[in-house]
Amino acid sequence: MDSESLEAPWMAARPTVRSTVPRRRNVGDRVFRLLTASFGLTLLLVVASIFLVLCYQSRDAVRTFRWAFLTTSVWDPVAREFGALPLIYGTIVSSLLALAQAIPLSVGTALFLSELAPSWVRAPVSFLVELLATIPSVVYGLWGIFVLVPWMRSYIGPALSGTLGFLPMFSGPNYGVGMLTASMILAVMIVPYITSVAHEVFQAVPAAQREAALALGATRWEMIRLAVLPYGRTGVIGAVMLGLGRAIGETMAVTMVIGNRADVSLSVFAPASTMASVIANEFTEATYDLYLQALVEVGLVLLVVTVVVNVLARLLVWRVAAPAGGGH
Amino acid sequence: MRATRRRIVDRVARALTLACTAAVLAPLVLIIGYLLAKGVTSINLDFFTQLPKPVGESGGGMANAIVGTLVLIGLACALGLPIGFGTGVFLAEYAHSRLVPTIRFCADVLNGVPSIVIGIYAYTLIVLPTKSFSAYAGGFALAVIMLPIVARTTEEMLRLVPANLREASLALGVPAWRTTMRVIIRTARGGIITGCMLAIARVAGETAPLLFTAFGNQFWHHGLGGPISSLPVQIYTYAISPFDDWHRQAWAGALVLLTLISATSLSVRLLTRGRFRTVR
Repeated sequence: MDSESLEAPWMAARPTVRSTVPRRRNVGDRVFRLLTASFGLTLLLVVASIFLVLCYQSRDAVRTFRWAFLTTSVWDPVAREFGALPLIYGTIVSSLLALAQAIPLSVGTALFLSELAPSWVRAPVSFLVELLATIPSVVYGLWGIFVLVPWMRSYIGPALSGTLGFLPMFSGPNYGVGMLTASMILAVMIVPYITSVAHEVFQAVPAAQREAALALGATRWEMIRLAVLPYGRTGVIGAVMLGLGRAIGETMAVTMVIGNRADVSLSVFAPASTMASVIANEFTEATYDLYLQALVEVGLVLLVVTVVVNVLARLLVWRVAAPAGGGH
Repeated sequence: MRATRRRIVDRVARALTLACTAAVLAPLVLIIGYLLAKGVTSINLDFFTQLPKPVGESGGGMANAIVGTLVLIGLACALGLPIGFGTGVFLAEYAHSRLVPTIRFCADVLNGVPSIVIGIYAYTLIVLPTKSFSAYAGGFALAVIMLPIVARTTEEMLRLVPANLREASLALGVPAWRTTMRVIIRTARGGIITGCMLAIARVAGETAPLLFTAFGNQFWHHGLGGPISSLPVQIYTYAISPFDDWHRQAWAGALVLLTLISATSLSVRLLTRGRFRTVR
């Protein structure tokens, strides 16, 4: 960390002509720079230590199970068997199901907001969508347990198995809690994130693109399909990845409605567990050290997956919305 | 013929986007509606002044959880705000330092780390060595979650300050650090406060990182070195319990929590509005 590298950008623009008066560096400037730099380094340290702490705290589990941890499908603390496959499966399937519901809704809403809505509708609607993001996870969970789960048991579930029951996905007993219920709550929770980023991306589409399409006689929808969507595709994929990152790490609401059974089942009605939900459920009940370590290792896998997804998402969003959107 | 088909497709597509918007807003209406319907009837004075009653006795409240949430937020702010703010100042003011891209990247990574993982981190760093669940551990976990939000909003707000102000101050011979403190930060004050309050609103509802750090407590907490109750954890505990009485309390708690959080974000919204009018 040489001193030059810490200089402010406006200093770089200073003319190269040196004054004849010897330049004195202000002591206050140095102290201030060191102080703020040390705060920044603290943040760096926190991020690095999260990785290190989780690695250290799961060392015996990693040594004991090695790669089999990720591929074994039995999670049975009583028998001291720890295979994270059902949890990984639960996380992937619940997140993908959530995306399948959230993508069309979010993209539709973002298109409505950026292309079709009259201007007086825009502000209130985007405010309401943002409001969805401020509801705490545990409140979603509460609503899920007492409202969505009963609906699932008596209306949505039977309707699905009645019409699509021939598919293995929609067969099997329906308890109300389970993979589908969890994914529906997740979808509602990630919609505001995808919508707001997609909205930003669509707004970054140059007006000339739209005008060109309209001038060629395109209808509004054709304009969206020909000019807006292709231009915003990368950004929308980034937005979806951001939503995916949220869905993968989401804990409380999922824990409350997914049924918490570490099984791999084809049916979306079956109870399941995700990586996050198993930690929330079992961490305080882990009675022996290896059990706790296995849970920390699940946390480590979760951390690595979310970081990779988030970094990819940011790269994609930056490519499109960087000049307009900054680094949100 | 073809023109009509195109027009029909256009109509249908427009209607679909409208339907999507309605479908997105429906859960919001449903959730707030249920919260009001089920929560209001369970809120009374006791809810704010009484401790939880044991199973089987009706009545009681969440006074300890409300105070606990405030204590945890206070601890989180004491740790998270200065570090986050300092980081933000560094990111904005020393932007061509080689450290800046790395730190900014780390802030974004930290922002995406699931809160439950931060719970494990706080558990290992604080609960394990001290051998006790504690308010400190909970506050620490929440502070880590706040850090990137405060740092990035501070940075962005500082960047919005026009360069003229800085140049004017420097031209008058004011040292760079005093310019930053007296001119840049003061100008961006409103926006920075907004960012901090958004961070508070975000962590106020966090449950997962508190489960095994602050843990929860059916009574008043004894000092900050022991387990402490909080609204989100209390709501969770009551929601998954089999008792109707506790379910009612959970709804009331959720209504209070959401009111707290929306009040914070709403005041932020008003603050921001005033700010942008003056800046632009």
